[in-house]
Amino acid sequence: MRDLSYAAVMARKNAIMKASMGMDYDTFALSPVAFDYERMMRETGYSLEDVARIQADTKVGNTPLFELTRLTEAVRRTAAPGKGATILVKDEAANASGSFKARRASISAYEARKKGYKGLAAATSGNYGAAVASQAAMRGLKCIILQEVFDSKGIGQPEIVEKSRACEAYGAEVQRLSVGPELFYQLLMTLEETGFFNASLYTPFGIKGVETLGVEIAQQVRARYRKDPDAVVITHAGGGNLTGTARGLLAADCKARIVACSVDLGGLHMASDSDFNRKSFTTGHTGFGVPFATWPDRVDVPRNAARSLRYMDEYQLVTQGEVFYVTELLTKLEGLERGPAGNTSLTAAVTLARQMDRDQIVVVQETEYTGAGKHHNRQLSFARENGIEVRVGDPAGNVPGKTIVLPEHLDQVRGRVQDMDKLRRSYLKNAAKAHPVAAWTEADLAFLASDLKVDAAWVQQASAEL
Amino acid sequence: MIKAGTWVEIERVLLRPDQRAAGLPTDTAATPYLLRLSGFLKADAELGSEVVVTSLIGHEHCGVLRLENPSYAHSFGNTVPELLQIGREV
Ligand SMILES: Cc1ncc(COP(=O)(O)O)c(C=O)c1O
Repeated sequence: MRDLSYAAVMARKNAIMKASMGMDYDTFALSPVAFDYERMMRETGYSLEDVARIQADTKVGNTPLFELTRLTEAVRRTAAPGKGATILVKDEAANASGSFKARRASISAYEARKKGYKGLAAATSGNYGAAVASQAAMRGLKCIILQEVFDSKGIGQPEIVEKSRACEAYGAEVQRLSVGPELFYQLLMTLEETGFFNASLYTPFGIKGVETLGVEIAQQVRARYRKDPDAVVITHAGGGNLTGTARGLLAADCKARIVACSVDLGGLHMASDSDFNRKSFTTGHTGFGVPFATWPDRVDVPRNAARSLRYMDEYQLVTQGEVFYVTELLTKLEGLERGPAGNTSLTAAVTLARQMDRDQIVVVQETEYTGAGKHHNRQLSFARENGIEVRVGDPAGNVPGKTIVLPEHLDQVRGRVQDMDKLRRSYLKNAAKAHPVAAWTEADLAFLASDLKVDAAWVQQASAEL
Repeated sequence: MIKAGTWVEIERVLLRPDQRAAGLPTDTAATPYLLRLSGFLKADAELGSEVVVTSLIGHEHCGVLRLENPSYAHSFGNTVPELLQIGREV
């Protein structure tokens, strides 16, 4: 009999991972912190052209890029003379299953089929579950999605309940779980029992799948405006969205500024049962964004292919109330009803566009679908039911888990900037826990510098001050 | 009694509070780690009894029978009038 206790299953992690992906991460390791990231990405064996072709077969990619004319005009009315960049949005909701996550699932599904796995399993409470289920359906594979759905009162976060529905609609088995990080334990048990492919969000296959998004942005902006975008704003949680898109932009030789954006949920604990339903956002928030940026390798694979600080130039924070306000404006001014994650970066784009010159271009890199459970009206009414104050006023009054303030005017949508160097130092602290600074070699310094988008001298200086 | 073949929801305790991961916030640590799953009931049974279900992909799972014909009731929620005001000011 296999030992199914928490400790015993976690101890079998590496063996389970190897069997469930047909991939040995040890071959890329250089030290306890450093590994050959680019080789890992290359050895997936999929070129950008391969990825685009595979995606075209399963209704992924080539999504429209829209100019948000009326929103741009509205922002210009709140900007200084000569300011107010054009805002474009990539309508990723047009992918099968309704979000960019279809890109991320597509190559795993293809790879699993090719290697002869009978099915795919993934632990995810977000759009990714629906994406895996939808791609599995098209590839004739079975699918199991594990989700953190409900608190100890049995109440499900409406957006995640909608995700359960979508996954079942695509024919997946959905394991709905209560609050806790043991989702990973249940995933390992499931992989061991079923022999399914681990369609983790954080494999090189997942990130490769997102690269086409960056390439398409560069191509579409160039074709229509005869120049490159100046900034691309990317909603950031686990970092795969940013990593894949930025890699695609670089592959297309596009030097746009890479701006991350998350909803500020500072003060709420992600593993807390009582905080669980006090959040009005289930992803794209700092509860994931900060820990994943500052230590990517906290995930369900040995090394995370999503490494956002490698590519990030700037990190914008927005409040829940600001995003709900901008979501409503997108609907009223642009005739588009779209979901929360894409509208998070749209909110930061409003702030950026106001600061940028009129002849510049800022791209909001995704939309996602909305509907019952996900809709901002549901999230706000759910917040009210959970005792959270919802009012109109100055967004500075937003307190995660206590108060949501909807701005009175677009002029009040200002966001705020997160200190990048603070994030980098926090990453180094985590790296030092994995491997003591005194033991860092030249190769470690070079890896860390690349992983933080700084030079080795910066790493040396910062690590001396830890 | 619920008939075999009916679409139902089961619940199972995966980890008792004392078996859960270390380092959890105290509120979470005090609760069991639960699984809920829907499937087709294998044999006639009463609510609250130990049963086996077959999931949509044909896998069998055991647990306590919780609901007959589990349904999704998520919605657009009660109207939040503050949202209706947005858009005229810009
Ligand atoms: C639609 C959508 N956008 C953005 C994100 C954030 O992506 P990432 O977790 O890769 O940072 C997610 C998922 O978390 C998502 O579902």
